[in-house]
Amino acid sequence: MAAADSDPILRVDHLTMRFGGLTAVGDLSFTAGRNDITALIGPNGAGKTTVFNCITGFYKPTEGMITLRHPDGGEYLLERMDDFRIAKHAKVARTFQNIRLFAGMTVLENLMVAQHNRLMIASGYTFAGIFGAGSYRRAEREAIELSKFWLDRVGLSERADDPAGDLPYGAQRRLEIARAMCTEPLLLCLDEPAAGLNPRESEDLNRLLLSIRKEQGIALLLIEHDMSVVMGISDHIVVLDYGQKISDGSPAEVRADPAVIRAYLGVDEEEAPADIVAEALGAAQQEDRP
Amino acid sequence: MVEKVGAAATQNPLDPAAILKDTAITAVIAFAIFGPIVGLKTVAIGNGLALEQRWGTVAALVAIVAAGRLLINLFGVGAASSYLKLHALRVGIIAAVAGALMIFLSLAAGQLPVVGLPLLPPVVIAWLTIIGPIFLFGGVWLIYVSFAQKNGGAAASKALRDTSAYGRYFGIALLIAAIILPFIPGIDRRVMDLGILMLTYVMLGWGLNIVVGLAGLLDLGYVAFYAVGAYSYALLSTIYFPIWFGEGIIPWAFWLVLPIAGFLAALWGIILGFPVLRLRGDYLAIVTLAFGEIIRVILINWYDFTGGPNGISDIPRPSFFGIPFTNDENGFAATFGLEYAPIQRIIFLYYVILALALLTYFVTMRLRALPVGRAWEALREDEIACRSLGINTTSTKLTAFAIGAMFGGFAGSFFATRQGFVSPESFVFMESAIILAIVVLGGLGSQLGVVVAAIVIIGAFELFRELDFLVAVMPAGFDPVQYRMLAVGLAMVLIMRWRPRGLVTRREPTVYLKEKKAVSADLVAQGHG
Repeated sequence: MAAADSDPILRVDHLTMRFGGLTAVGDLSFTAGRNDITALIGPNGAGKTTVFNCITGFYKPTEGMITLRHPDGGEYLLERMDDFRIAKHAKVARTFQNIRLFAGMTVLENLMVAQHNRLMIASGYTFAGIFGAGSYRRAEREAIELSKFWLDRVGLSERADDPAGDLPYGAQRRLEIARAMCTEPLLLCLDEPAAGLNPRESEDLNRLLLSIRKEQGIALLLIEHDMSVVMGISDHIVVLDYGQKISDGSPAEVRADPAVIRAYLGVDEEEAPADIVAEALGAAQQEDRP
Repeated sequence: MVEKVGAAATQNPLDPAAILKDTAITAVIAFAIFGPIVGLKTVAIGNGLALEQRWGTVAALVAIVAAGRLLINLFGVGAASSYLKLHALRVGIIAAVAGALMIFLSLAAGQLPVVGLPLLPPVVIAWLTIIGPIFLFGGVWLIYVSFAQKNGGAAASKALRDTSAYGRYFGIALLIAAIILPFIPGIDRRVMDLGILMLTYVMLGWGLNIVVGLAGLLDLGYVAFYAVGAYSYALLSTIYFPIWFGEGIIPWAFWLVLPIAGFLAALWGIILGFPVLRLRGDYLAIVTLAFGEIIRVILINWYDFTGGPNGISDIPRPSFFGIPFTNDENGFAATFGLEYAPIQRIIFLYYVILALALLTYFVTMRLRALPVGRAWEALREDEIACRSLGINTTSTKLTAFAIGAMFGGFAGSFFATRQGFVSPESFVFMESAIILAIVVLGGLGSQLGVVVAAIVIIGAFELFRELDFLVAVMPAGFDPVQYRMLAVGLAMVLIMRWRPRGLVTRREPTVYLKEKKAVSADLVAQGHG
């Protein structure tokens, strides 16, 4: 938390997004720490995915500023950048709520597409690659090695040559994370990575995300409804309701915040007994953070 | 093995009321279709038009349809197909042998100097020629099906891989056949011309396949790039090159203009690409269609530059790298000590288009395995995911348009030098439609499928010029050439009925770790434009 305040990788200032008369996100400010897992939670329709789409450039915010700072000091104003430039230059990768894999391509090809920009340069923007330049072949071998590494990490090595559309749901979610990681991001945005996973799978997901954070030293930003994931791995939670930030802090602080309780349970705080709240906001609280 | 049978009436096979009702409905539908189309005919009388009514013909057609439906209801397609399922191999072999025999008989009676065969009347020969191939292909197909059944569902994926190996052998066999074609005895100029035409369409199909099959951008105006290539060569070689470089350049014009034509077509591809970047699906199709027409209308109306509807004639014929195909001491024949023959030029043209087509093939296959090609396919699968991975979809789309257009431009240049004459009439929408039909029938993204589809469609067009024997069995005044579009349309309907994803329905991965497994077309997206 302390690191987040002094040197955040992502700083969102007064972000507002209006669609016609509807304010999906209103005056939202928060930061994400450089090596933290930041969770964005809130009831359905709270504007979480809108925030994601603003950060990754799929929406242009109506107002506000989104700043991403690289470790070397480079600053990127994401609200001014095209979506693909955010992924390419600012090094922000994302996954989607409804999985978006290249279903007709193999698992390995999905990961190779993710390394497009590096391979494009290695192939001399196609001109060298078409004549079979050695530098490109080397780069492609390296790309395959990186793909193999991530396939191994998400447990899909055996399925490398199968079409991505043939994978079971949980494996598709893991492949999407591996694909995002193949772009070698500094900030990984996950939109409901645990949706549709069974308890064992979401436990595996927790381990995967924690190890990604630890080994790659990158920041994670996630939207999640599964409280066992949110409370289990987050360092920092931002709670949205009707596009407004209602709480911001560590899992323990957020869990105890009356505003959060009101938003989730729709009752006055004095009527909400502490044990119901505890149940709603984190059966996972007993699980010790590794 | 009396399992579920298809037709509704066969649930209770002997319910006369249901059968009659079904037959009556069929007859009414047949009447509704044939009544206006066949029953009424306008004839010119003096200055006006009169309606000629032909209800007898309509009645005959309706009766044929109703009788066919009645027979299906009485005996059932289901029963027939389950019999075929059980005895596919036997029936297939009998049909194939019978078909082969019929083809042999028809050929032998017509031309081959086989001894002892009685002279068959022309009507019988005609029928044998029609029915023989149907029996042969039907039989071969049944044999194939029976083997496919034996393999069973479990081995389906293995069979898929096997067919991809067969596909490779088939492709190599086709290539060898294409290379030795000019030297096969009995191949005359007509066959060579047909070969050149087919290869032109194969090349155009491969070029369009980059845009439609790989990048998933539906382009209905591809012929525009063909036109740009053709007019580039026509204008540069007849007017501008002689002015700029003198007459001596003319023998080299084709080889010099070829890259320029490709470049100009690619430029037009980008010019088309920019406004349509944001369009998808139907909207993209309409705008590309309009673009194709715009180019044609400009060619017609810009009289000073393009010659308008008169076109451009006297376009230089290609030379053998500077040596013309003429009958004098500087000509190709004299230089290489051969006897002069006009077909030498045709054979050279054939090899030029074969080389151009192969260039298209190898470049495309190469590009597929490069990042740009993978990005094209990823774009077809999911554009938003592409952008989230940092892929510039704008430039990716533009490169697809440009490279596809470039090959169209090469083909256009070749077309101009082969014909010696270009006019806007050669670049109508129908050409775009045929090229797109070749790509779709072949199977989007499949290189081999495009070859087969081009041979089938272009071959079918030309075949109808040769069907003189049909005149013997058909009513007087029958002209087979008039029916060729009908037959091609029927073939398309049938292929789309049984192979909705085209002839070749699998995708070869561009990279693999252990084993190259083909991806079934069910998973491959068709692109949203």
